[in-house]
Amino acid sequence: MITWRSLLKRFLADPVALVSGIVLLFLVLMAALAPLLAPQNPYDLMQIDIMDSEIPPVWRSDGDARFLLGTDEQGRGILSTIMYGTGISLIIGIGAVVVQGILGVTLGLIAGYRGGWIDAFLMRLADIQMSLSTLMIAIIVLAIFSATFDANIYADYAIFMLILIIGIAEWPKFARTVRSSVLGEKKKEYVDAARVIGLPARKVMWGHILPNTLTPVLVISTIQVAEAIMTEAALSFLGLGMPVNQPSLGSLIRSGYELIFSGSWWITLYPALVLIALILALNLLGDWLRDVMNPRLRRGDD
Amino acid sequence: MAMLEIDDLHVAFPRGKHDEIEALRGVSLTLEKGERLGVVGESGAGKSMLAFAILNLVAEPGRVSAGTVRFEGRNLLDLSEREIRGIRGNRISMIFQDPMVTLNPVLTIGTQMIETLRAHRRISRAEAHRLSVEKLKLVAIPSAETRMDAYPHELSGGLRQRVVIAIALLTDPELIIADEPTTALDVTIQAEIMALILALCRDQDVALILITHDLGVVAEVTEKLMIMYAGKCVEAGPTRDIIDAPNHPYTYGLLKALPQNAEPGARLYQIPGSMPPITNLPQGCPYHPRCERATEECRAAMPEIKDHGTACYHPLRAPLDAEEPA
Repeated sequence: MITWRSLLKRFLADPVALVSGIVLLFLVLMAALAPLLAPQNPYDLMQIDIMDSEIPPVWRSDGDARFLLGTDEQGRGILSTIMYGTGISLIIGIGAVVVQGILGVTLGLIAGYRGGWIDAFLMRLADIQMSLSTLMIAIIVLAIFSATFDANIYADYAIFMLILIIGIAEWPKFARTVRSSVLGEKKKEYVDAARVIGLPARKVMWGHILPNTLTPVLVISTIQVAEAIMTEAALSFLGLGMPVNQPSLGSLIRSGYELIFSGSWWITLYPALVLIALILALNLLGDWLRDVMNPRLRRGDD
Repeated sequence: MAMLEIDDLHVAFPRGKHDEIEALRGVSLTLEKGERLGVVGESGAGKSMLAFAILNLVAEPGRVSAGTVRFEGRNLLDLSEREIRGIRGNRISMIFQDPMVTLNPVLTIGTQMIETLRAHRRISRAEAHRLSVEKLKLVAIPSAETRMDAYPHELSGGLRQRVVIAIALLTDPELIIADEPTTALDVTIQAEIMALILALCRDQDVALILITHDLGVVAEVTEKLMIMYAGKCVEAGPTRDIIDAPNHPYTYGLLKALPQNAEPGARLYQIPGSMPPITNLPQGCPYHPRCERATEECRAAMPEIKDHGTACYHPLRAPLDAEEPA
């Protein structure tokens, strides 16, 4: 058994995990406290002056003290947009994983526990879903969505659409993981014991088997958050994700990308660095969790 | 009418599309209220299968293919899923072999006990908690109140099996089926747990089906005994009679193989060969390839169980210390 205390001990003893954790915590706090900390609100048109556009970072000769990391073509401070954008990226990443988790865990649990044709049907459905790339589905759906509705409606609902699309497209990963754990757990005697006690199948599944399959779910959740943020960034980069006035990290990178060759490299570089740091921290933490939770790789100290 | 009457119970597993193999091949038994029955046999004889079949919980893809299990007059095999759930864990409880794996590792003892109670009784959480602590005290668990918040891995094997017994007793059942309840425990703990089960069954007037391969335990605890071999009952009767004077050569072999019955220094007796797998049973009596008394008759057809309680053409009817069978 892994206790929280031993988990914390292992976490503090592992420099990679510790640094990833600190980076992640820093980014999350930065995003959560953006309205308080950011020097400027990039959503507030009153605070944006087009005359401030494309100012380089402060340490360059023509920098401006108000904009630490410079400004983009609309005169929004890069630091402020990054702080707000990280939040949007995180919301989409976490929201999509919640959707994936609810769908995937439910279907995986049912498939694994019921078996038979239900299992075969759900797993073939998962195969079909997996054979369609997430990005492709997202591009098709978002393209239709943005073509059908007017830009304002699109801007209002883009975040929900992204969460739903990425969530629905990636459910098989959770479903397969949970199903394989359930197949292992189902044979254990505590499941027989629960049935012998007279509990209905529903309670055996949700109350007894599910808690025993949550370890791998926790591990893939971390990695899936990173994956969802990447997908969203890619979509935004392609112009199908978050609109320019509510930028995520991906749309920030896109908005600066066109200006790299005109010399305003900072508009793209800093959001890209933050995105890389975020994804890397999440993936390293996920890897660490997987190693810690894997009984075969576990050291004798817990 | 007896409390539990099992008649000609068959359990079959499919093999291929049309074929089936039988894990239980017609088992019958009766049990009165408060009576204790031992079921003895080698691994794979169908003992656990019998336990699960009584509760109609044979693992997929197996199924009860014939026979009846009458409990207080009702055939459990005919009940709806909802009705049988009202019996399982409520009127009939089960204790498993390994307390290490029968308790859910991620739920506290208290959660598991309260859940069991509330599955069968309309009572409050607080009331369920109180009853659970009471049962933990009944099975002599020290500081029962604090154990409610413990996880299974925080308890020793003996304590864990006591918890399992407490869970089995929670709803004051009429019958407890104990499937090798002490096999996974230390020898010193085994005697303690067995004594506890016996005392509780006596005090609460609970019937017991004790599945084991320990004839010594059976002799101490049970009143009736059933010897199983390859999915069939080969000998049944009062425990004392069978142990003092086994009729079936297989029972005789089992008793003779006990170290207590061996001469000190001499090589221990063993029944030659091993039990045939149920997928490949010999023609006739399944024991004949290992039997010293087998004749043509045994190879031809399976003997039925007779009034002397033995399914054998050549019963011994001899005390154990008498002469060797020819």
